[in-house]
Parts: sequence; C-alpha cells; structure tokens
Amino acid sequence: MPVKGSTASGPLLAVRNLTKLFGSFAACNAIDLQIESGEIHALLGENGAGKSTLVKMLFGVLAPTAGEILWKGDAVRIASPGDARKLGIGMVFQHFSLFEALTVAENIALSMDRNVSLGRVAEEASRLSRAYGLPLDPKAHVADLSVGERQRIEIVRALLQNPQLIILDEPTSVLTPQEADRLFETLYKLKAEGRSVLYISHRLEEVQRLCDRATVLRHGQVTGACDPRAETPASLARMMVGSEVAAVTPEGTNTKGAVQLEVRHLSVAARTPFAVSLKNVSLKVRAGEVLAIAGVAGNGQSELFDALSGEYPVADDNAVHIRQTPVGTKGINARRLMGAGFVPEERHGHAAVSALPLSDNLVLARNQSDRRAFLGGGFLKVIRQDAVKAATRRISENMDVRKSGDDPPAASLSGGNLQKFIVGRELDREPSVLVVNQPTWGVDAGAASRIRRALVDLAKAGSAVLVISQDLDEIFEVATEIAVISDGRLSDAYPARELSREKIGLLMGGLHGLTEGAGAAHAH
Amino acid sequence: MGIVEAILLSVITAATPLVLAAAGELVTERSGVLNLGVEGMMIMGAVCAFAATQLTGSPYLGVLAGVAAGASFSLLFGFLTLTLVANQVATGLALTLLGIGASGMIGESFLGMQGIKLQPIAIPLLSELPLVGPLLFRQDAIFYLSVAIVAGIHWFLFRSRAGLKLRAVGDSHGSAHALGVDVIGIRYLAVLFGGACAGLAGAQLSLVYTPQWVENMSAGRGWIALALVVFSSWRPWRIVVGGYLFGAVSISQLHAQAFGIGIPSQFLSSLPYVATIVVLILISHNRRMTLINTPASLGKPFVPDR
Repeated sequence: MPVKGSTASGPLLAVRNLTKLFGSFAACNAIDLQIESGEIHALLGENGAGKSTLVKMLFGVLAPTAGEILWKGDAVRIASPGDARKLGIGMVFQHFSLFEALTVAENIALSMDRNVSLGRVAEEASRLSRAYGLPLDPKAHVADLSVGERQRIEIVRALLQNPQLIILDEPTSVLTPQEADRLFETLYKLKAEGRSVLYISHRLEEVQRLCDRATVLRHGQVTGACDPRAETPASLARMMVGSEVAAVTPEGTNTKGAVQLEVRHLSVAARTPFAVSLKNVSLKVRAGEVLAIAGVAGNGQSELFDALSGEYPVADDNAVHIRQTPVGTKGINARRLMGAGFVPEERHGHAAVSALPLSDNLVLARNQSDRRAFLGGGFLKVIRQDAVKAATRRISENMDVRKSGDDPPAASLSGGNLQKFIVGRELDREPSVLVVNQPTWGVDAGAASRIRRALVDLAKAGSAVLVISQDLDEIFEVATEIAVISDGRLSDAYPARELSREKIGLLMGGLHGLTEGAGAAHAH
Repeated sequence: MGIVEAILLSVITAATPLVLAAAGELVTERSGVLNLGVEGMMIMGAVCAFAATQLTGSPYLGVLAGVAAGASFSLLFGFLTLTLVANQVATGLALTLLGIGASGMIGESFLGMQGIKLQPIAIPLLSELPLVGPLLFRQDAIFYLSVAIVAGIHWFLFRSRAGLKLRAVGDSHGSAHALGVDVIGIRYLAVLFGGACAGLAGAQLSLVYTPQWVENMSAGRGWIALALVVFSSWRPWRIVVGGYLFGAVSISQLHAQAFGIGIPSQFLSSLPYVATIVVLILISHNRRMTLINTPASLGKPFVPDR
C-alpha cells in the first residue's frame, strides 16, 4: 500500500514547546520532537518520564496545556483519536481494547467508522496481515489468542486506516522474544513503505537495533536526541537517568550490624514467557543499612521481590535467609512472623483491595503476623474492630495520610496517600527487615519524600531495609549501599557514596564489575 | 384431531411464552444487563392485554397493550439501573414483586370475565399439510411472531453492525466506550426490547393460552425464561429447543396425571431448573465456552468517565 502525499521535504510531525500540566505538576515540559518520513523514531525514558502523556497528546486523548503540533508543516489541533486517525496517525496501545468474546474480524469491524460487511473486513484484514507478516485468522475468537496475536489485531486495526505515522506504546513489554522479532520485521516493512513509526520503549537494546533516531525524556523534559546506533547502552542509560551530581547521601550508621536479610546464589527460572529468570543472585543487608537495587524496569525486579517476600517461594530453603534463618521455601506469612515486612509494587489489587476500607486492608495484611493484637475470641478469630481502627488511625497520623472520613475505601485515596498508608502499615509493626518494591512510583513529590524519610528512619532505628527502585534520585536519597540488577543478574553492592550515576549507568547497561575499559565488556 | 396432534399443539402453546420472554431477555443480557424482572413484566403484559381486549373488544389492540406494558415497565428498570446505577439484581427482583402486586390491582375488576381469544390465522396451502399444517400453520399471530423474533434476533446479533455493537457492549463496556460506542443508549434499547418481548409473552397467556384473567397467572414462567437464557448459553436458536423442551415438560405434568402415571408433579415442574443447572455445569467446565458465550460484563454497572 503506497503512502499518498508527503512530498514536502520537512518533517512529517514536529512538536514545539509542548507542555502538559496536571495541576502544578508538569508531566511534559516544553517538549520538542521531530519525526521524519520513513524513520523509526524511539521515545526513550523511565516510567513516569512523560512518554505516555506526550503520546496521548499526539493521539488526541489529552489536550496540551501549551505548545503546538505541526503535521507536514501545518499547525494542527488534535482533539480526539478520530482527528488523529483522519490526519493519518495510528496508535497501538499497551493495554489492548479488545473484546474477548468476539472474533478477530468483529473486533476490527468495531473500530471502523464506516459500515463495512464482516466479509469485507475479514478479507481486508487477512490481506493486510499477509502483507505485513502478521498472521491472523479473522474467524478466531480473541479469547483463544496469545498476547502476541492480540497485539497483531491492534496493529492491523491501525493499519486499516492507512496511517503515515504509527505509534507503538511499549509494544514488546508483553511479547516473547520470538514474537518481538516478528514485530520488528513488520516495523521494517512499514518503514520501507515510507511510513514513520514512533516507538516507545525503555529497552535499550531494542532501540539500538531498531530505531534511526531517539528522543530521550526524563522528568518531562527532553534530555537528548541522538542516533541510538551511535551510542552505547551506558550512554543511553545515562540520558535516561540523568547525570547531575547526586543529592546528599544519607549518612549510614557506621557501626555495622548483624546481617538481617541474606540471599545466597538464588536462581529462579522464568515463570511465564514474559518473566525474567534470576541468575545466581546474592546479597546481604545488615541492620542499619538501606540497600537499594537500581535497574531499568523488567530486568528481574518483580521476580526478585516475589522470591524475597515468599509470594512465590523458591525451591532452595537456603537461598533466602531472614535473621539468619533459612526461609526460601516458606510463604509470606511465615516470613512476616519472623519480623519481615513487604511492600509490593502495585498499590491497587496487590498491596490493597481497592474497594475495601483501610481498616480491612490492614487486617488482610497483618491478620497472621499480628493476630494477637487484631483477633480475639479464641478459635473464632473475631476481628477486634477497636484495635484495628486504632491502628488505622495511628498509621494515618504517623504517615500523614490525607483521606476523606475516618476509614474510607482504599480506592478513594490518591496514589500518594494510599502508598503512605501501605508503607505505614508495615512500618507500624517495626519490622527488622523491610523489602519495598518501587516505593514511590507514580507518587507526588511530597508523599515521596515522606516515604523516603520513613525508610531512612527505619534503618537508623536498626532495621535492614531493601529498596528496589528505578528512580536514581530516590536511590541516592535513601541508600547506604547500591547494587544494580540487569537481565536477572545482580551486581555487587557498593557503598552509595562511592558510586556515581555514570557507573550505575554502566552497570544498568549490563556491564558487570566496575573496572571500566576493555575487560569489563566481556564480564559475562 | 388425533391425540398426538393435540399433545403437540398444547406443547407449542405452552412453549411460546417461554420462547418469547427468553428471547427478549437474551438480547437484554447480551448487552450486559441482567433483568430479573421478567416475571413482573410478563404478568403486567398479561393483565394489560386482557384489560385492553375487554375494553376495546379487539385482541390485537390487547396484544399491543401487553407489549407496551412490558416495555414501559422495563423502562422503569432501565432508568433505575442504567441512569441511576442501582443494583440490577435487587431492582429486577423489586420489578417482579411490583408487577405481581400491580397486576392484581389492575386486574381486580376483570376477574372471572369471559376472555376473547386471539384467533388462529390459517396460512393458505401450508395449513393443508398433514400434521405439520395444523401444528405450525394454523396458529395465532403471537406464535408466528415468536418464530420471526428468534430468527430476527439471530440475524441481528450475528449479522448486523448494530448487533455487533450490542455484543461488544455486553463483553466489555469499557472497551466499547473507548471506541465511541454509546453504551448506555444501547443498553436502554436492549432492556426495552426485553420488556416488550416479556409483555408479548404475557399477552399470549391471557389471550391464547387461557383467555381469561387469573391473579398471578404467569405462575413462575418468567423465572423459567430466565433459566432458559442460561440454558441456551445466550444463543437464540437454543432458546427454541430449550423452550419447547421446557414447555413439553410442563405439559407432561397434565398428561401424566390424565394417564394416571405416578410421577409426582413437583418433580416434573423442577425439571427445567435441573436441566439449567446441568447446562451451567457443562458450560463452566469449559473456560473457552464460558468466555465466548457469556456476556462478560453481565450485571456490572457502567459509569462512564468517573
């Protein structure tokens, strides 16, 4: 399918000074971006860097606060996805909007503005899917399809509009490596036809392999525009995580306490095709230390958290030790009873049941570890509402949780306040070991600083704290020791004040050991 | 008329209201709305059809009144559950209770009156066929309508774009809304259609099945229709199969008694529900079947853009 128009020599899409404010928070701050015809352009950045916000403005889902969008040189206003489609912009979302009970053809037909017979849709869809190497059976039900096949439906849906620019939001985050390879072939084909692709990712190696140009975002601002193939993973990572001087490192307690949390040669096979396997991970956290694990998302952080918390116990009892006792095969409650606390990454549906009030969420987390405090009535295990309510109030006061009413449902709290409550729920037990995954992800600055201070204070009081985070600012704010995780491997831990952002960037790129130079590249 | 023919004819008459009410409810549920008020809408249809026939002397106007009564009753349900986002189960149950009470009140002055029967319409030539002719082609208008409605629903759901949208709304109202489909509007229409069909089923009861008004004359048929929708696993043609099966079972109670066969009538009247449970077990056994056939957002309230 040839692309019509676009004979002008200027860029296909240009963005000038584009800004999006949420209240006083600038999700995108004066962004400049330029996409040429026939290029695959990467938009790189950490979670929360503003990539999704930018793309939503380009596709008409969000309205920009300031700045302009130029399409083939003309300033345009994109008020809705329909406007974007009319211009020739197609989008493949990260979370699909498909109907499981319907067939592939029916799903595609629903997204078309014209009334086309299902037979025609099926014909057109199979023609496109053949042409772009996206095998699809139009009669198959979506419920029967793999994630990769579902993504193909979304891509074919977008292609049916004959777009000149296709935006893909983290397309490989749900794909197996084989499926990703297939997707890349499709993208090369689109490029060969003169179409442009805006490819959003935080996976450096993909971007280097696939993309002609890259624009890097950090904290809502463009921190670099480059040819990714001319860069190294380390230099790209540096642009993503920034290179300013570190904030003041918290003074660790000088007296080294006993090892409270230890991992010895932990290896875990990937549970699903999308998971990362952990490879020979070892670490130690002493009383009074905050060990931060840095790394780009999707390098084994969740898998490590699952193994540490006991959400998925591991085969080897000796792989995880809490307070000198092997607990590898024990579940989460057994580990909590030994004085450990855990804060998982997702607030809703994992750390808290959104529809339940805070007090119920408190009991759900601590009904085993604090049963004497919260349960009465002998074997009947009646919940002692007064004690639970008192604890809820205590936690809310200690962590400055702002909420409507005394005991509102978790869903009614803002992300930051709920996160403060969830962290406070664990701190309230004064755990001797605390493991936190992404403690301030998507949380406003005030709540983030409150949570970080609480983590530092806990360590000062003599507990061992392990923080998994993608946010280097946060890591330098709380950590006494830092290790980096990359592709399921964990680097050695280094004292925080001996590490620069550059060295962390190198470690994130997958280079192990700190000796920079020729030898380091072959370290694994 | 032979005995076999008489039995088959009575089965058809007993099955038609079940098929009609279930077909309407199927469309409602396919859009993701669970309306448990079928019994209430049906009995309102029955009493209004009977009353209108008595007052005007025309059973056809009676049919229209029955349809209108069922539809307007369902509109009340739609307003409560779709606009005010009330709980669908509770509202549906309330609708049934309200319908039974209100119909008793409306029908009080019509109790014991001699009804006017909706007369069969013989279709030329076809009605002369042996056995099939008198059974299928010498029927009343409501029977013909029931066949047309099921065929129409099948075509609508699986061949038309509007039907595709309706199924999409029932499967994932969030995704449908994101694609620009008017979720609430489609659900209103689906609820209205379900109410109209239930009203028509009620009209059949008081104008064809037993042309008179007796309080509570729907006698649980609304609940059987609800079971029938599940039994059919939301497929229109299976409604016909199930409807005639359930109709046959209910008629067999009478015939079993007439022939002195010692099967307790309570056992026979429980059979439709037993069959539904068996079907539910068979469906839930197969996750794929469940995913593809069950409207995934059934009973879930939709509030756009909170």
